[in-house]
Amino acid sequence: MSQFAINLIFVLGSFALYIGIAFWARAGSTKEFYVAGGGVHPVMNGMATAADWMSAASFISMAGLIAAGGYANSTYLMGWTGGYVLLAMLLAPYLRKFGKFTVPEFIGDRFYSKNARFVAVACLIIASVTYVIGQMTGAGVAFSRFLEVENNTGLMIAGIVVFFYAVLGGMKGITYTQVAQYVVLIIAYTIPAVFISLQLTGNFLPPLGLFSNHVESGIPLLQKLDMVVRDLGFVDYTADVSNKLNMVLFTLSLMIGTAGLPHVIIRFFTVPKVSDARWSAGWALVFIALLYLTAPAVASMARLNLLTTIYPAGPTADAIQYSERPDWIKNWEQTGLIKFEDKNGDGRIQLYNDSAAFKATADERGWNGNELTVNNDILVLANPEIANLPGWVVGLIAAGGLAAALSTAAGLLLAISSAISHDLIKGSINPNISEKGELLAARISMAVAIVVATWLGMNPPGFAAQVVALAFGIAAASIFPALMMGIFSKRVNNKGAIAGMLAGLLSTVIYIFLFLGWFFIPGTAMLANTPDNWLFGISPLSFGAVGAMINFIVAFAVSSATEAPPVRIQELVESVRYPKGAGSATGH
Amino acid sequence: MTEHDRNAAAYWSANLRLIIGSLIIWALVSYGFGILLRPMLSGITVGGTDIGFWFAQQGSILTFIVLIFFYAWRMNKLDKEFGLSEE
Repeated sequence: MSQFAINLIFVLGSFALYIGIAFWARAGSTKEFYVAGGGVHPVMNGMATAADWMSAASFISMAGLIAAGGYANSTYLMGWTGGYVLLAMLLAPYLRKFGKFTVPEFIGDRFYSKNARFVAVACLIIASVTYVIGQMTGAGVAFSRFLEVENNTGLMIAGIVVFFYAVLGGMKGITYTQVAQYVVLIIAYTIPAVFISLQLTGNFLPPLGLFSNHVESGIPLLQKLDMVVRDLGFVDYTADVSNKLNMVLFTLSLMIGTAGLPHVIIRFFTVPKVSDARWSAGWALVFIALLYLTAPAVASMARLNLLTTIYPAGPTADAIQYSERPDWIKNWEQTGLIKFEDKNGDGRIQLYNDSAAFKATADERGWNGNELTVNNDILVLANPEIANLPGWVVGLIAAGGLAAALSTAAGLLLAISSAISHDLIKGSINPNISEKGELLAARISMAVAIVVATWLGMNPPGFAAQVVALAFGIAAASIFPALMMGIFSKRVNNKGAIAGMLAGLLSTVIYIFLFLGWFFIPGTAMLANTPDNWLFGISPLSFGAVGAMINFIVAFAVSSATEAPPVRIQELVESVRYPKGAGSATGH
Repeated sequence: MTEHDRNAAAYWSANLRLIIGSLIIWALVSYGFGILLRPMLSGITVGGTDIGFWFAQQGSILTFIVLIFFYAWRMNKLDKEFGLSEE
């Protein structure tokens, strides 16, 4: 059987499963559509949250980022998991107790202001739409490599599959497909990692393999990797970073942003009780950690594998002939994600860091510049081929990459459509809309959101990498502080909250636009995006944490200069703090 | 202040103490051991590298899991002790 046929069977098989679940889990009420009826088991919700959260970025890109950056990119590992501690202790149980359907609804009620609700809806939609673009482009990469279909055809297929279970089942359909998608993606991620860890370290658990001895050389794997990359002019894999302030703020931005992303928060509205929301956050992190503890092992092992493929006799000996390159390099060259240019005309592939510091060594060896560029995103997808694993593992990876992208896309689309149908239509435009009418409105908003997301995936605005920073920046600087102050302070009032959200949002967005261009339009950046220009060495990606602090300060300052919230609001704050008398989520 | 109010206030300050304690550990393992204190701990080696690297890539995640389950267990117990649980 050809590799194409195997991939097709795996991908179509997983799609058939998702559509089957869609028919089984149709939503009959707005409560089922928005919060899956409120009866999801905490472990089940933990699994669905893990799939909801782990996107194409986690599955496809993260290991590649760590492989390229080594220790410096540990920020992603800590940042994208540490947010769950904040969620579990500062947000999820209280918002579950509040018992409504959407995040803007809490902000609107707590700050007794329709304007506050609108600001929250705007932040939610900007953050979620930018995020969904990344998922659709990730799905496109997986489709074009594994199913050899045109990118656009692949995206249409993905759109139709999501349409089925998200429009029919809403949160209910999404929850159960996410559980299935989690199983698919975690198996796909760990199987190749186990084989590679066995090959390199003899340890079948990748997280332990990372700190074990390299079988061939007998020295620790990380020491071996440090030596190899050093010989090729790269910075040591385990090297410390000098700009610690930026590393701390970047990690903090990712953590706060994670906790403030509405599509993650609403998952905790689906469990029966406040105590379940607490357990569920723990289970979510357990399921996430299965991938996040495997990723750094995959990163270091794939980097070592790649370099030993290019330099079979060691980094100080000759590189391989281009004509003798393995098949997986040929496969990925066709996608343009691996590029080779024989700069010194010796027919061999020289892969090294052509920096000024390494120039003398490179000249001595007759090298004329780095000849192989490898896109970070292919490491995980190419892993099974690099390790010579059987064809079905490659098929599994294809299905896993798509599961990661589609599960997150569906969660984001639900957050967007419920903000439109529940916060805008029911909450403002037509408050007297019937239950049936609202359900229909929710389905139509979902359908429109899917069409828009698919279209944006086909015509990515050319800034797909930067927009993720924007999504995290907005969630960190606007949504998270507003929610936290709404729960932990009785004094912050409507004026303070709105001023705080706007100050946090604008300062973050403006700082990002200064370096990355106004609305990301190329050529409109006012300052070059280099560390010398950054304020106190803080990169635009790290600014969300600063924006959050600005939000807190402005909100407290404005609130203390204006009147205290009315008594009924202070009572509302009291009521979200104590689990007693929760009841399940309602729309009223 | 009624008996019920006092009870609720005691519950809330117990929750805040628990959160602050947990977040100190949360910050210590990630921002502390994983980033800022790494150079100071470089003498302690783990599998070919230093303990700071281990905290940045594994230790902090494992600690986060323990923290959340500990918090959930303690709070669910406090809910019952203060008579504020849902049942």
